[in-house]
Amino acid sequence: MLTFTVRRLLYGIVLLFVIVTLAYLLLYAAAGNVGRTILGPTATQATVALKNQQLGLNSPLISRYFSWLGHALTGNFGSSWFTNQPVTTAIITRLQVTLILVLGAVIVSAVASAALGVWAALRGGWVDRVIQVFSVLGFAIPGFLIALFLVRIFALGLHWFKPTGYVPITYYFGGWIRTVTLPIIALSIALVAGIAQQVRSSVIDSLRQDWVRTLRSRGISERSVLFKHVLRNAGGPALSVLALSFVGLLGGAVIIEQIFGIPGLGQIAVLATSQGDVPLVMGLVVAIGVIVIVVNLVVDLLQGFLNPKARIS
Amino acid sequence: MSEAAVSSGALAPDISSDIRAARSHLARRFLKNTLGIAALAVLVLIVLAAIFAPLLTSYDPNAVSVLNILQGPGAGHLLGTDGAGRDVWARLLFGARFTLAGALLATVVAAVLGITSGLVAGYYGKWFESVSSWVTTLLMALPGIVVLLAARAVLGPSLWSVMIIFGVLLAPAFYRLVYAAVSGVRNELFVDAARVSGVSDFRIIARHILTVVRAPIILQASIVFGIAIAVQVGLDFLGFGDQTIPTWGNILNDGFTNLYRDPQLVIWPGLAIVITGVALTLFANALRDELEHSAGPSRRRRAAVATAAAEPVPPVSNTIVHDEPDTATEAPLLHIEGLAVGYPQPDGSVTRVVDNVSLNIGRGEVHGLIGESGSGKTQTAWSVLRLLPSGGEVLEGSIQFDGEDLSKVPSAKMQDIRGGRIAYIPQEPMSNLDPSFTIGSQLTEPMRIKLGVSKARARARALQLLGQVGIPNPERTFASYPHELSGGMAQRVLIAGAVSCEPDLVIADEPTTALDVTIQAEILDLLRDLQQELGVTILIVTHNFGVVADLCDQVSVMQKGRIVETGPARSLFANPQHPYTRSLFDAILDESPARGPYAEVLPR
Repeated sequence: MLTFTVRRLLYGIVLLFVIVTLAYLLLYAAAGNVGRTILGPTATQATVALKNQQLGLNSPLISRYFSWLGHALTGNFGSSWFTNQPVTTAIITRLQVTLILVLGAVIVSAVASAALGVWAALRGGWVDRVIQVFSVLGFAIPGFLIALFLVRIFALGLHWFKPTGYVPITYYFGGWIRTVTLPIIALSIALVAGIAQQVRSSVIDSLRQDWVRTLRSRGISERSVLFKHVLRNAGGPALSVLALSFVGLLGGAVIIEQIFGIPGLGQIAVLATSQGDVPLVMGLVVAIGVIVIVVNLVVDLLQGFLNPKARIS
Repeated sequence: MSEAAVSSGALAPDISSDIRAARSHLARRFLKNTLGIAALAVLVLIVLAAIFAPLLTSYDPNAVSVLNILQGPGAGHLLGTDGAGRDVWARLLFGARFTLAGALLATVVAAVLGITSGLVAGYYGKWFESVSSWVTTLLMALPGIVVLLAARAVLGPSLWSVMIIFGVLLAPAFYRLVYAAVSGVRNELFVDAARVSGVSDFRIIARHILTVVRAPIILQASIVFGIAIAVQVGLDFLGFGDQTIPTWGNILNDGFTNLYRDPQLVIWPGLAIVITGVALTLFANALRDELEHSAGPSRRRRAAVATAAAEPVPPVSNTIVHDEPDTATEAPLLHIEGLAVGYPQPDGSVTRVVDNVSLNIGRGEVHGLIGESGSGKTQTAWSVLRLLPSGGEVLEGSIQFDGEDLSKVPSAKMQDIRGGRIAYIPQEPMSNLDPSFTIGSQLTEPMRIKLGVSKARARARALQLLGQVGIPNPERTFASYPHELSGGMAQRVLIAGAVSCEPDLVIADEPTTALDVTIQAEILDLLRDLQQELGVTILIVTHNFGVVADLCDQVSVMQKGRIVETGPARSLFANPQHPYTRSLFDAILDESPARGPYAEVLPR
């Protein structure tokens, strides 16, 4: 199990290295005259040349890449070309906000889809059909449209929540709830729709297994059969879907953050890519890569916990 | 060898035409799926509206008119005008062109890349396989939107370039599908046969492999198409798209900026997106339903089992009862009287699988219930445990266990009886252990409930039981998971589990059928030893007279849901009276002469 984990971790690090290298080379190859981009068309040729020199852009790309990599390994990703703010600071402050949204969406989706999926599987009939319809709608309607409806109804109509903005949890809990609830719901709905379906079919499938009869024949209570045994066996496939959705959730957060005006990674991603702020974009690539690796690792560990057969491979 | 290959090579086209027949079957069945057809019709309508947009409106979607800003629906403009005075209906129609064409471009790019690389990697394998699986992981680790934003910064806001890049990002969806299917059939016999008979790789792929994945590809394409629409609309909505062309995202963006002045403007593009998305999803769902239907051998097998168990019960004469010299003095432990089990059918009728079965099992007795598959013996056993499969029910009769009618006991009490007083040993050991829990956990859970012992005591007893059923290293097995055990070991574990809570009656449902012959004998020995040590009563369900001869005191022969003959094993063996019982004996005897000719061939 330990070697398995270490191997997955190494694999992830190699993957991150490849992504980062490709991104660096592509971004700089496409960046054009950086000094001109930063200073604008009115700057003189000389100031542009000076700016390029200050940024170290006159040395060859390969040597710049290795110097960047060396600094990056110590946690120094340089500064934004436009604001001069250190990339690390800019990202970490916004990372917290995005992680709250994404993790919130993961937790909400996991709980809600497990509940809905089990309910649909056990009750059948109209409950099942209503949940099926919900799944189709949740899957078919893009998250940002749902966000628009939510804002229209619950923020502008009922005034339960804030339509835009973000209040840190450490600052005022009530305000935090009023700003994060709608974004988290908007992010979760498509996920809940997909995973509830997955849970439903896995539960129905598990309940048909022979071992369920044998467990019952041992006098195990229905509650234990369902929630301890069946749900654990049904959890694996649902977890895979959840894990695969995580990267998509990071992308979805970009749009949701724009709609709700939340200062997260998405906002900085939009800003950095539209300005062509390469150091900041590189910082984002690394941050997202690390998140993806960590998530995959956690999922592998959970998968091993849920499914003993996965532990050996 | 070569002869065999050629003849099976001749078979290969038949198999592929079989597959093709199944596929056209799929298309025909899909046409009967009303929801799927309705969704498809909606999609076709939307596409037609996009193609014939100039015929459906006389307005230019980009004609700005300052005098006509934000007019309501009607008055010359079907859906009114937007913030720049442009006709909304015209923009929606022409927007459909760009939005759908963009999504189509992404889908085609993804499909072409994914399918080709999936075919090559799956069929030829080698280095291409590992490289493409690497690229797939890499692409899947990238958040699409961020890549698209970066691409936009470099390439400018072009709908087409953004959709091509998104297509590349989505290629893994097709790659994984095709790769899994192709590497699955790569070594199928009919593909080997085609290869040996000199069919070119290209034709093998086209004829034998693409037919297998055609329908899943359509399914995946409709999902990918939906995702491409959502992402494209999302980017345009945020204002990152090409603002000079009408797309649904741009229309939505304009509506959003005028949300307070004219709320209905977000409704039209929103509706267009939702209707298209729902239609795509319903289409995909209907296709998947029909696919699972046609490719579901498990479901078909289940149906077959149901029909086998549902053999109708013919009117049969009374049970032949052999005289019992040692007439039981005390009341039997299990007394089944006039039991009938049935499965209500959708048409209102009830299929009876067990009818008027009566059985007496004395304390400490080993009673064999014998009959061919589908004779209702397992159904009888499950009725005693009240664990009939869903849909099955006891129609008539009583099951008296130690003086109590089990069919009237409340379910909480029944749960106490199960495991505690009546235990069960299943037929197929490997599928009857929960794969996610250790053997130890599965053994101790019932003991802690039934015997109310501590975790440590339950563990000690489980280890002792594992030793008792002949497991060489109880500690290790205790910590193992079911997939780490052999079938024989798993059956020993299940036997240990059955006797763990000191039951009075053990119901063993063909406990040796799924095992190797040598293991069968060991398991029978174990059952006999346990029976003698614990004095437990056993009802053993089997189709094998050898098992009966080995173990049983009493035998009941079951045919088509009824008991046709019953009595002490010795007397029944000595003098089988019912023709069915005799035919079961003949079936055993029939096996021996079959070996004759084979032995004659050997010396040659």
